Amino acid sequence: MSFFKVEQLGIRFGGVVAVNDVSFEVNRGEVFTIIGPNGAGKTTIFNLVGLIYPPTSGRIEFEGRELTGMAPHRVAEFGIARTFQNIELFEHASVLQNLLIGRHRHRATSLWQELLFLPSVRRREIEAREAVEKVIDFLELAKYRDSLVAGLPYGVRKVVELGRALATEPKLLLLDEPSSGLNPEETDDMAFWIEDIKKLLGITVLMVEHDMNLVSRVSDRVLALNMGEVIAEGTAAEVQSHPAVIEAYLGGAVK
Amino acid sequence: MGLPYWAMILFAIASMAIVGMVAERIVLRPVLGYPAFTVVMITIGLGYVLRGVVTMVPGWGTETYALRTPFSEGILKLGDVVLAVQQLAVIGMTALLCFVLYLFFRFSRIGIAMQATSQNQLAAYYMGIPVRRVNMMIWGLSAAVAAFAGILLAPVTFVHSNMGFIGLKAFPAAVVGGFGSVPGSIVGGLIIGLVEALAGFYLPEGFKDVAAYVVVLVVLLVWPSGIFGETVRKKV
Repeated sequence: MSFFKVEQLGIRFGGVVAVNDVSFEVNRGEVFTIIGPNGAGKTTIFNLVGLIYPPTSGRIEFEGRELTGMAPHRVAEFGIARTFQNIELFEHASVLQNLLIGRHRHRATSLWQELLFLPSVRRREIEAREAVEKVIDFLELAKYRDSLVAGLPYGVRKVVELGRALATEPKLLLLDEPSSGLNPEETDDMAFWIEDIKKLLGITVLMVEHDMNLVSRVSDRVLALNMGEVIAEGTAAEVQSHPAVIEAYLGGAVK
Repeated sequence: MGLPYWAMILFAIASMAIVGMVAERIVLRPVLGYPAFTVVMITIGLGYVLRGVVTMVPGWGTETYALRTPFSEGILKLGDVVLAVQQLAVIGMTALLCFVLYLFFRFSRIGIAMQATSQNQLAAYYMGIPVRRVNMMIWGLSAAVAAFAGILLAPVTFVHSNMGFIGLKAFPAAVVGGFGSVPGSIVGGLIIGLVEALAGFYLPEGFKDVAAYVVVLVVLLVWPSGIFGETVRKKV
């Protein structure tokens, strides 16, 4: 049984075929990266995997269970978390509160228990706070713990979003362009964290990324897309030197 | 309907909660994801339609009805001050409602999920929050709160099909207090109420009606996001 599998996935928007017949498998514990020029369908694949779009064809399987056709809020329940290219945080809440909402699916107390603040609720609250503090330590967010997200610089918000995804305790982490908008130093930190997420936390990572330095540094396997179709798959070096990939990025050879 | 007062209250609140959820399902879900202004316009429109329908129901029409409550008669004397028990009951119940709502949004899992959903629906989905169901509950809750407010208001203003227009007064209160802040709306409401009452007493005829809006204007000039509104500065 494969850990995460996408089979012949396709979606059409009207007459536009955004993703066509894409299949790939992600193994437990690896970093799998999808690359491709603008408009290749990378983020669309993420939205399909995140169940925001229903696919026109194909299926998605996670740990042997089919995901296709489920309501999007159930993705978290399966142990899948994601970040967004353009950051989707709870802007009017503090960093700590954002991470605590990440614990939502791990709480199973009723309204009455909560309003009376019974011992079971207290226990859950302590558990949630301990888990969140671990994430804060891991990503070095202590300085910003109580700051309002809306006032934080872009680079920090990117890390907060990663932290919120980690607070859900995922088995599979989807990162949509983790380095976009970051300066070289922040990108370097991001690469360290992705490596640590894989090695120390044992979380499998599926990411979409443009920065080829970051891609070659952290990826175990790379999939290249162009015009919604798979053009190459292999290690970062193999994919980068693949003729179809070079053609997709730079155009055909001059004749 | 011959039910006792307290049973009637529960019945009215519960049935309005259902009305709220049905309205969400039929009228508001199709515009899920559109700007908040769309929702505001749709609910104003829905309000007009329902008001029109109610006035066409034979036996209800445009008549004004009085609502008798267990508190209707009593008065309370504190030295020289004479207070109607009725008014005190309304104030007490309002305070209780605010306190319960505060606890609900601050401490309950579903209340926090409601806040998360209102701030970012996409992110809420990936936290495992069932956004559609939560939205439906939000509308159910707000309709129930509106029903409770109507019950508190009824003995003071009588019951008629246009009593909902007092809601327009809530708008200045929310602006003054700061949108999205529960303590803000209480303080805003008190300020607007006091200013109106005092303007009616001390200022010439007519000032009572504009006083609230003058306050709104001043507050917007000094604290653009309201007294309790959070100030968000964008960093460039």
